[in-house]
Amino acid sequence: MYAQVIKSEGAKPRGEMSPEEIAFQERIDRGEKIEPKEWMPEGYRKTLIRQIGQHAHSEIVGQLPEGNWITRAPTLERKAILLAKVQDEAGHGLYLYCAAETLGVSRDELLEKLHNGSMKYSSIFNYPTLNWADIGAVGWLVDGAAIMNQVPLQRTSFGPYSRAMIRICKEESFHQRQGYDIMMKMARGTPEQKAMAQDALNRFWYPALMMFGPSDKDSVHSAQSMAWKIKINTNDELRQKFVDQTVPQAEYLGLTVPDQHLKWNEEKGGYDFSEPDWSEFYDVLAGNGPCNRERLGARVKAWEDGAWFRDGLVAHAEKAEARRAAAKIAAE
Amino acid sequence: MSSEWPLWEVFIRGQHGLNHRHVGSLHAPDAEMAIKNARDVYTRRNEGVSIWVVKSVDIAASSPSDKGPLFEPSNSKVYRHPTFFDIPEEVGHM
Amino acid sequence: MAAIIAAVDRAAFFEFLTRMGDNTLILGHRVSEWCGHAPVLEEDIALANTALDLIGQTQLWLGLAGEIEGKGRNADNLAFLRDAGGFRNVLLVERPNGDFGQTLMRQFLFDAWHHGMLTALTASADPRVAEIAAKALKEVSYHLERSSDLVIRLGDGTPESHKRMQQALDDIWTYTGELFVADETDRAMAEAGIAPDPARLRAKWEEIVTGVLTEAALKIPATGYVHKGGRRGVHTEHLGYILADMQFLQRAYPGAVW
Repeated sequence: MYAQVIKSEGAKPRGEMSPEEIAFQERIDRGEKIEPKEWMPEGYRKTLIRQIGQHAHSEIVGQLPEGNWITRAPTLERKAILLAKVQDEAGHGLYLYCAAETLGVSRDELLEKLHNGSMKYSSIFNYPTLNWADIGAVGWLVDGAAIMNQVPLQRTSFGPYSRAMIRICKEESFHQRQGYDIMMKMARGTPEQKAMAQDALNRFWYPALMMFGPSDKDSVHSAQSMAWKIKINTNDELRQKFVDQTVPQAEYLGLTVPDQHLKWNEEKGGYDFSEPDWSEFYDVLAGNGPCNRERLGARVKAWEDGAWFRDGLVAHAEKAEARRAAAKIAAE
Repeated sequence: MSSEWPLWEVFIRGQHGLNHRHVGSLHAPDAEMAIKNARDVYTRRNEGVSIWVVKSVDIAASSPSDKGPLFEPSNSKVYRHPTFFDIPEEVGHM
Repeated sequence: MAAIIAAVDRAAFFEFLTRMGDNTLILGHRVSEWCGHAPVLEEDIALANTALDLIGQTQLWLGLAGEIEGKGRNADNLAFLRDAGGFRNVLLVERPNGDFGQTLMRQFLFDAWHHGMLTALTASADPRVAEIAAKALKEVSYHLERSSDLVIRLGDGTPESHKRMQQALDDIWTYTGELFVADETDRAMAEAGIAPDPARLRAKWEEIVTGVLTEAALKIPATGYVHKGGRRGVHTEHLGYILADMQFLQRAYPGAVW
């Protein structure tokens, strides 16, 4: 989802597990939450850092495509709603970084890895937002796809991650709705607006399907993550669920899903649909999406330009502390 | 230079007079700014009327391995819970 | 005769309300440009709160302006369909964001004025103005607390942060005087008891600003020069670009509902 192709470590058959590992797995199987200071396999810790970190990075890089339209939002109310939404994403990134920090990695270390390219963020945010309906499509499709994954993750085995997801889901419920609300206005608006809405759906449909990650048969790391309950559903399950939920919503808007093979399959009780172009997905992951350079460049610039500000505040806090200490000594 | 802002734990008391509750964490250069940041980060939806912050490193926590001795003894003291006692219905609400 | 006076008052009242609403609109726009680009996540979130407050205040001020004008224009019409010459914000708020220090300095100097202005407006003879001011004042009290605090911290912080804050102050200082220059509109408003004479706000503003800048160890520039024009619609080149951005959709697709 916001965490794609997470390399999972330390998958082991039960016969090779240590007694500690067996006890750990049994706790997870019983539905117990694992808390930061408790014993955990190194692979569990590392995989979680990678997954939560990537999720957090996705939230803050995800500010950029929508932020692209804040100054151009068409009404004061739309401007306020969009700004509040993008602000929420910064908040979600913050909650997730904090969850990752309980595993013994600092936020600055994670940001460093984002900036030097050794950690990734979701492929979806490397696509551009070209017209106002894209802001609707991002809320409707991208947040819609994200929610599909995040709702089950509220039950994930790692306590801080689960609590962050609960908070995020509570706040996120307005995001998808505001997106669909924009789409309704556009789809029922002037012919130009309707064309923008269709164009947005055309461009975001397959990238949204890619958000769930490669097909299960190609997804080598799923099994261990699912045993650890840091992944709850398979990629294909979620993708199917997303398509089944979204197609009727598109029909309601009077828009056409850009897939000529899309067809209801009575037998499986869901839609048959075309796979996205996975070579495009891997290209985007490799850094060749339409906006990879801009997105990462913007984050690195914000961080580097802000260094003097962060350092200035640390220096003041230290000086103020020293002054307080000196005053206390003088008073004694 | 670039030393990271320390991590703070944030506790917020909501509208209804309940206890301060842990809501999450954040980074800030000192306590005063941690409170301001907490206001901006954790009360965006009108969640609170009072904020406490404490440096994460200053929290002393029970050790997970003590969980048994610390908490299990209370399991057996079921008489502390009101449902332990059967009161005849004729007595009314109690 | 009475009708003519009422018409003059109404035009002045409208003018005054657009000055209030355009200040918050343009500053809110500038601050919102930071979203996703601030130096640290906590600050990104805090700044967005400030921008959201300002946009909300804009809706109230321009909404009332449209009502007073009585030509059927609402807040969105005023924000998105006037050209630069129709805008009445002070030049200060349209200054480019610059680095984070310049943004904060602009915010602080504006907040200190805004706070005094809104405080006075809570006693406005017009209850609608007083009501908007009372709501906005709560928000702006926090803006001022935050921006003052950051200016002090960064002025004190490192040699670099001190240098940047001093530079920011030097760059923007000549744009503050416009906040206190009274014209016919202001006099009409003061006479009607709707708003204070801007000159009256100066002493309190200077007290706040001098206090904070002294604590920040920053030096107030010696120049008394005042850049002005925004309040009568003569702006810097920057406003045109802000509007090109802000009004693009409404201009490109007239009559569409969003």
